[in-house]
Amino acid sequence: MRHWPLWSNGANPFCNNINVLSALELECERGGRRLFRGLSFDAAPGELVRVAGPNGSGKTSLLRILCGLLTPSAGEVRWRDTPIRRLAEEYSRQLVYIGHAAALKDDLTPPENLDIACRLAGVAASREALAWALSAFAVPERPVRQLSQGQRRRAALARLLLSEGVPLWLLDEPFAALDAKAASYTEELIARHVAAGGAVVYTTHQQGAIDASARVVDLTVH
Amino acid sequence: MRARESSISPSIDLLAVVRTLLWRDLLLAMRRRSDVATALLFFVIVASLFPLGVGAEPNLLRAIAPGVIWVAALLSSMLSLGRLFALDHADGTLEQLLLGAAPLGVVVAAKTAAHWLVSGLPLVVIAPVIALQYDVAAPLYGVLALSLLLGTPVLSIIGAIGAALTLGLRGAGVLLSLLVLPLYVPVLILGAGAVDMAAAGLSPAGQLLILAAILIVAAVFAPWASAAALRISTE
Repeated sequence: MRHWPLWSNGANPFCNNINVLSALELECERGGRRLFRGLSFDAAPGELVRVAGPNGSGKTSLLRILCGLLTPSAGEVRWRDTPIRRLAEEYSRQLVYIGHAAALKDDLTPPENLDIACRLAGVAASREALAWALSAFAVPERPVRQLSQGQRRRAALARLLLSEGVPLWLLDEPFAALDAKAASYTEELIARHVAAGGAVVYTTHQQGAIDASARVVDLTVH
Repeated sequence: MRARESSISPSIDLLAVVRTLLWRDLLLAMRRRSDVATALLFFVIVASLFPLGVGAEPNLLRAIAPGVIWVAALLSSMLSLGRLFALDHADGTLEQLLLGAAPLGVVVAAKTAAHWLVSGLPLVVIAPVIALQYDVAAPLYGVLALSLLLGTPVLSIIGAIGAALTLGLRGAGVLLSLLVLPLYVPVLILGAGAVDMAAAGLSPAGQLLILAAILIVAAVFAPWASAAALRISTE
């Protein structure tokens, strides 16, 4: 397996004109109900993809399929032309998935949570980098139990600041529960990642400035 | 840019992942000591009820001691199994573990090891004290502790498969017991049997060696079964 060069060596790891992520004829059935079928799209490096659709249209399911947590009823997802089933954790290392749940442990502090999340994802981050990422999102250093919903979300999103070298970001409702300032900061981060050649797939119900530049995958037509 | 201090390592250090997971789960257990204490107290209380119920007939107590202590250990280990994956499932960290850089089998093995350190090892340590109540001969304490030392990790490892299979189901606790307790039978027979053998003045080596063999086989293969079960139940 070829490994992508480190972000820190100055080279752009994404300069490649093939599509990094391809969804081929995806079909998803949940609880006997078909959410979508025949869904195909590609995400090239430096591309922003917004998954659109009303509640219950399968946005979260699609994102879970894209990161490999959910097996589609038909079709497959490919990463650089290799099915993600075959890549397994080789693929997991190329992506960051921020889901509905903040994935934080109530009994740990935000730095502890972030540190563990980074280590398990194979991203080495120094103590200073952790503190810097959390302070950029203005996350107070209290046990997560005492944080509000928005502060939890910000603690989860702080991982993005340490994941600039990870080519694919899959973000499920990243702006939910965020205040205007944090939301625009997150948009800025996403825009910067896309500008650097990363691919971002996200879902949202909020209207944001980056939506204009996003390619839309509309689940209602599939 | 400060963020450049972070980088994806091209090859993942599996030992580092195991260390991180062990540290994480032990830290969480430290911060939620009541959960740990509950399973341990349950073991102590169940094992202490028998002498009260059966009566203080020394020969009878000595005869039932290995079986009772082992059954109490099985039940106590069942009690904490439900939490092995359920808490991580509830707060979304399990999804992140599934998307981790290490193979899922390794992740499960590390979590199971942490589970044993928190719920199994204390039983091994306290069992000789419990054995006092049963007037068990002093030389048997070592055999009892050794049989538990070899047997309780198997309980955690096999239990993890059940915990993964029943994850997110309604009535998961009862289903988990029905699923896992029958699988514990060989460990129970061998573990209690080793102490019985020693009590009869014979060598318990046979039972202990088979227990060790079961432990090794289970430790190598069961985490992959648990990993497959986890993938299915989190879909």
